[in-house]
Amino acid sequence: MRGVEFWGTFNRRMSQLLLFNVFNGLIIGAFYALMALGLSLILNLSGVINFAHGGFLAIGGYLAYTLLPYLGFWGALIVSPFLVAFIGIAVERVLVRRLYGRDPLYSLLLTFGLAFMIEDGTRFIWGAQSLPYQIPTWLAVPISADYFFLTGYRLFMMTLVGAAVIGLFLILNYTRLGLRIRAGTLDLETVSVLGVNVRVLRNLNFGLGIYLAGLAGVLAVGMLGLQPTVGDNLIMPSFIAIIVGGLGSLPGTLLGGLLIGVASGVTSVYFPSASEAVMYVMMAAVLIVRPRGLFGEEGRF
Amino acid sequence: MPRIDKRAGDILVWALLLTAPFWMPAVGSYIELGSHVVVYALAAMALNFLLGYTGVLSFGHAAYFGLGAYGTAMTIKYLYPSTPLGMLVGVVVGTVAAAIIGPLIVRLRGVYFAMCTIAFGQVFYYIAFQWRSATGGDDGVSAWTRVPLDLGFTKIDILNNPQAFYYFVVAVFAVCAAAMAFLLRSPFGRTLLAIRENERRARFLGIPVDRHIWMSWVISCFFVSVAGTLFALMNNFIDPRAIRWDQSGNFVIMAVLGGMRSFWGPLIGSAIFLVLQDYISSHTENWMSFIGLFFVLIVLFFPRGVLGIIRRKATP
Repeated sequence: MRGVEFWGTFNRRMSQLLLFNVFNGLIIGAFYALMALGLSLILNLSGVINFAHGGFLAIGGYLAYTLLPYLGFWGALIVSPFLVAFIGIAVERVLVRRLYGRDPLYSLLLTFGLAFMIEDGTRFIWGAQSLPYQIPTWLAVPISADYFFLTGYRLFMMTLVGAAVIGLFLILNYTRLGLRIRAGTLDLETVSVLGVNVRVLRNLNFGLGIYLAGLAGVLAVGMLGLQPTVGDNLIMPSFIAIIVGGLGSLPGTLLGGLLIGVASGVTSVYFPSASEAVMYVMMAAVLIVRPRGLFGEEGRF
Repeated sequence: MPRIDKRAGDILVWALLLTAPFWMPAVGSYIELGSHVVVYALAAMALNFLLGYTGVLSFGHAAYFGLGAYGTAMTIKYLYPSTPLGMLVGVVVGTVAAAIIGPLIVRLRGVYFAMCTIAFGQVFYYIAFQWRSATGGDDGVSAWTRVPLDLGFTKIDILNNPQAFYYFVVAVFAVCAAAMAFLLRSPFGRTLLAIRENERRARFLGIPVDRHIWMSWVISCFFVSVAGTLFALMNNFIDPRAIRWDQSGNFVIMAVLGGMRSFWGPLIGSAIFLVLQDYISSHTENWMSFIGLFFVLIVLFFPRGVLGIIRRKATP
C-alpha cells in the first residue's frame, strides 16, 4: 500500500516537475524567439548579424528601470522599447548603413564593437551590481497552489510575447511596410527598382528588430533582474534558434526558439548540467540532416 | 623591386622579433608583453589562413585556441608535468575537435558560416564553464606551472627566465609561420586563393571546394590551438574568459587591423592592438568602451588594415 502511495506521489511530483520545466522552457523559448525574430529581420533584409542585440536588450531593461518611478510599470513597459528602437534607428543611420554591400565581416566587427561599448556603457551609467526590478504585486503571486510556478507575471509575459509575435506577423502580412520588408528579403534590387526607398526601408526594419530586443529586455528584467551582461546569455540561443529554424524564415525562427527553449527545459529535469548542451546538439543535428534549417529556403546562403 | 621589398620586409620582421628583448625595455615596455604579442600574432595569422587566404569568415576560433590551452593546462596539472607533452595533447585536442565540427559547417557560406562558427565556439566555453570538477569552472585551471624544457644535453629554464620563454615562443612561432608560408606557396595554397577569388569558377575547374575549405579550416584551427597552448603556458593559468566569443573577435580585429591580404598583417595588428589595450587598461577602468570604439573606427576608416594602406600607397 505504502509503495503504491509512494509511487503515486513520486509520479505526481515528477510530472509536476516536468510540467514546470516544459512551461519554463516555453517562457525562455519565447524570449529566445523574440530576440531571434529581431535578429532575423535585420539579417534577412540587410545581411547584418547584429551582435549588439543583447546590448540593446540590456538598454531596454535599464531604461525601463529608470523610467519606472516616473511612468509606473505600464508606462515603462510601453515607452522603453520605443526609446530603444529610436536608438537603434540612430545607430543604423550613423554606423551600420555605411557597411551595406561590403563583406559581412565588417558589419559583424562593427556590431561586435558596439556590443562592447553598450555593455561597458550600461555598467558605467547604472553600475555593475545587479538591480532589482519591481513588478506589480498582483502579478507576482502564484495563481494556484498546486502549480506554484504559474505566477501571474509568467502568464503575463507569455501573453505579451504572444501578442508581440502576432503583432509582428500582422505588420508583415497586412501593412505596406511589411509587404516591402518581405519583398526586400526576397529580392532587394527589384524592390529598389520598383521605386521603394531601400535606405528608409532598411532603417525602419532595423528599428523594428531593435524594438523587439527592447521589449524582450523590459520583460526579461522582471524575471532575471538587471545586469550589464543580461543579454549575453540570450544571444547565443537566439543564433541557434535562427539556425535551427532556418535562415530567411520568420516562422522558422519562432518555432526554433520555442523548440530549443522546451528542449533545454525538459533536459534540465533529467540532466541539469546538459540543459545548455542540448541546444547545440539540436543545432548540430539540424545542420547534418537539413543544413538550411527546418523552414529555410534552399540556396539562400 | 617588389621581390626585394618582400625579402626586406621578412628580414625586418625577424630582426625585430629576435632583438625584441633588447629594445623593448628601452621603449618603456616589458618582455612579457612581447611574448603576448607573438602568441596572439600566431593565433591571428592562423585565423588569417582561413579568413584572408581562403576567404571564409570564422568567428569561433577562440574555441580551438581554448581547447589547446585547456588541453595543455589539464595535462600538466593532472597527467604528467611536461611542457612538450602538454602542448602535444592541447594541439591534438583542438585539431580533432575542429576536424569533427568541420564537416557540419563547410557547406555553409558567408554570414551563415560565421554564425555557426560562433555558436559552435560557445559550446566549449559552456563546457569549460560548467564542468567544474575538471576545468575549475569560472575560476579556471590554476595551481600548475609550465615546466623547464629538458633537451637531454641541456636544460632551458623557460619557467623563471622570461627571456628564455620569449625565445621559446618565438621559436614555435617561427616554425608555424614557416609552415604556413610553405603551405600557402604550394599548389594547395594556390587552390585556396582560387576559391577565395571565385568559388564557382574553382568548382567548375573540378576542385573539390568543400573539402579544401575543410582542410583549410583544420589547418587554421591546428595553428590556433598551438597558439592556445602557448597562451596557457605563458600565463600558467587558463579560464573560460579567454575562450569566449570576444576572444574570437580579438583575433579577427587583429587580422583586419594589420591587413588581411598580407602574411605579416596579423602580427602588426596584434602588436598595435595589445600595446593599445595594455596602455588603455592601465589608465582607465572603462577600457572595454575604448576597445569597442577601436573596433568601430577600424571598420569605418581602416578596413584594409595598416599593410593594405601601405601597399596601396606604394603602388600608384
